[in-house]
Amino acid sequence: MQEIIQYLFSGITTGAIYAVIAVGLSMLYSSTELINFAHGEFVMVGAMAMVTFWVHLAWPLPLAILAAMALGCTLGLLFERFAIRTAKASNPIVLVIITVGASIFLRGTGMLAWGKDPFSVPSFSSHESIEILGAALLPQSIWIVLGAIGLAGGIHFFLKKTLTGKAMVACAVNQKAAWLSGIPSERMAVLAFAISTGCGAIAGIFIAPITMSSYDMGTILGLKGFCAAMIGGLGSLWGAFAGGILLGVLESLGAGLISSGLKDAIAFILLLLILYIRPGGLFAAKEAKRF
Amino acid sequence: MIMKRISMAIAVLVMALLAADGLYAASVYKIGGIFSSTGRASFLGDPEQKTMEMMIEKINAAGGIDGVKLEAVIYDSEGDPAKAVSAVNKLLHKDKVLAIIGPSTTPTTLAIVNFVERAQVPLISCAAGVKITSPVKPWVFKTAQSDLLAVAAVYQHMKARGIKKIGVLTVSNSFGESGKHQLLNQAKDFGLEVVQADSFGAKDTDMTAQLTKIKAAGPDAIVCWGTNPGPAVVAKNVKQLKIDLPLYQSHGVASPKFIELAGDAANGIILPTGKILVTGLLDGSDPQRAILEDYQKDYNAMYNANVSGFGGYAYDAVNLLAGALKGSGGDKNKIRDALESTQGHMGTTGEFNFSAQDHNGLSPKAFVMVEIQNGTWKLIK
Repeated sequence: MQEIIQYLFSGITTGAIYAVIAVGLSMLYSSTELINFAHGEFVMVGAMAMVTFWVHLAWPLPLAILAAMALGCTLGLLFERFAIRTAKASNPIVLVIITVGASIFLRGTGMLAWGKDPFSVPSFSSHESIEILGAALLPQSIWIVLGAIGLAGGIHFFLKKTLTGKAMVACAVNQKAAWLSGIPSERMAVLAFAISTGCGAIAGIFIAPITMSSYDMGTILGLKGFCAAMIGGLGSLWGAFAGGILLGVLESLGAGLISSGLKDAIAFILLLLILYIRPGGLFAAKEAKRF
Repeated sequence: MIMKRISMAIAVLVMALLAADGLYAASVYKIGGIFSSTGRASFLGDPEQKTMEMMIEKINAAGGIDGVKLEAVIYDSEGDPAKAVSAVNKLLHKDKVLAIIGPSTTPTTLAIVNFVERAQVPLISCAAGVKITSPVKPWVFKTAQSDLLAVAAVYQHMKARGIKKIGVLTVSNSFGESGKHQLLNQAKDFGLEVVQADSFGAKDTDMTAQLTKIKAAGPDAIVCWGTNPGPAVVAKNVKQLKIDLPLYQSHGVASPKFIELAGDAANGIILPTGKILVTGLLDGSDPQRAILEDYQKDYNAMYNANVSGFGGYAYDAVNLLAGALKGSGGDKNKIRDALESTQGHMGTTGEFNFSAQDHNGLSPKAFVMVEIQNGTWKLIK
């Protein structure tokens, strides 16, 4: 029993990270129909920026977090402006390949900027782990879960309640119609990019204290996030969130109860199963098909 | 007519190139190097590459070997077996080297052994995996201590402490798998029982699930076998889960970087290491001390950085090769035979006694056990 609770705690922590990554991916997909395979590298940028701003420059924590987020958003803007928009008219597959290229570019730049060694970042709060029913809960886990819920809630509010957010959804539904009604669709795409890569950076910021950060940490995290987004249904915000948590918990339970060697396999077997049984994802909305 | 002229021109060109190649080969001994200078295993490859460059420069400054200068051709494998294979092909067919030093990791080494065996070029690997030299392959040698010896050193220490049951946690790559194999195989010889064996991925961010499982099996101690950064995460997770058991790590993390990564969680961790890490703590009578101090002085002067045990593997490899090159006249067969008959060569890693049955040549004495206390190493006698 005690073990099961511990597995759940571990699973929800990793799951929340996957969820934040998946939410970013999913939100970009819903507004631009583009899958950004460089998303994981923005996670790396967030984590490594924390190393620089918080550990090396010793900025206060809130400032360091904001700066790391700003860096993620800015890189997203540049990425959209210089890589994606210049090839806008191309086939979607060309754009996807561009994101793959951007991922390799960012990884290389990260290696030059931060070197090849891994770094560690201290916990946001230096409390001891909390014991619940004999299982240990890390304070950083609480930060991560709260951060993930706050972020998903914030994006939900933005898309559903604000004018800009609604305009972005309108662009996603029908770009031409949105343009006809006076919405600057190009600017919306830029904004979607900035928010999405910002989400990636936030995932990096939260994950940095529980693991080691290095320039090549992003790839596998990006893939796991992609899995989570597919499981939940690409384009669905809460679907991606739930997909992330589900993936994390299943991985952890799988490692604990079946075999730790199968941990990564579980994510990808799950993805294959979902694609086979419910290609749209577990929580895909019925109106997912665009007109 | 024109065709004939072109083919003549080509023939002349090829002849000229061949002649130039022949002249070139006689004036230098070309030594290949493959190191994971970038990538996850750069903590191994980077100091190894620097050490090799430093040693070649030093040997050349002293007049080379039998009056022939050495030339190093070094490629970066990025820790990727596929890249190591393309590097070895370049070294064998394009650069036509006399011998190869490296690669830095077990997977990259195992990926290329067949190529050097077929081409009959001596290889001195800097990786630890026991599979590299067992079974013995005629052209493959290595300078890093086998995990076989590291496991023996750890188990001896456990036996002395009265530990009976252990939990094993290994990284799921070649280093971890090889370590796991040794840990499970040798346990019985030391009266130990492995109650739970688990693994983690090299890029995993959290190992609490595996540790929870191990804790539930009720061991007296936990052994973690991996290379950075995974074991540092394990060290942190052990503290976070409040698992109050002795934690042993492998020689794969015997570098100051591990202490930096694990922070406070590193305290109390016990691990085997080559003597290079604790040179200052060794007895003055230790035969390796002078060599280690020499190496550290040179490396410090050249790169203004501290040495790690990993660079020492390349130091020993270059020295062993230099010894074997002497009087060989650049004949690969002679180099190989000279390597195999090297006896009593004192290196940074230990005393090398190669034979036809042993291409690693080290004994468990190449390891000492250390404990991390207050962010530094303490020798366990």
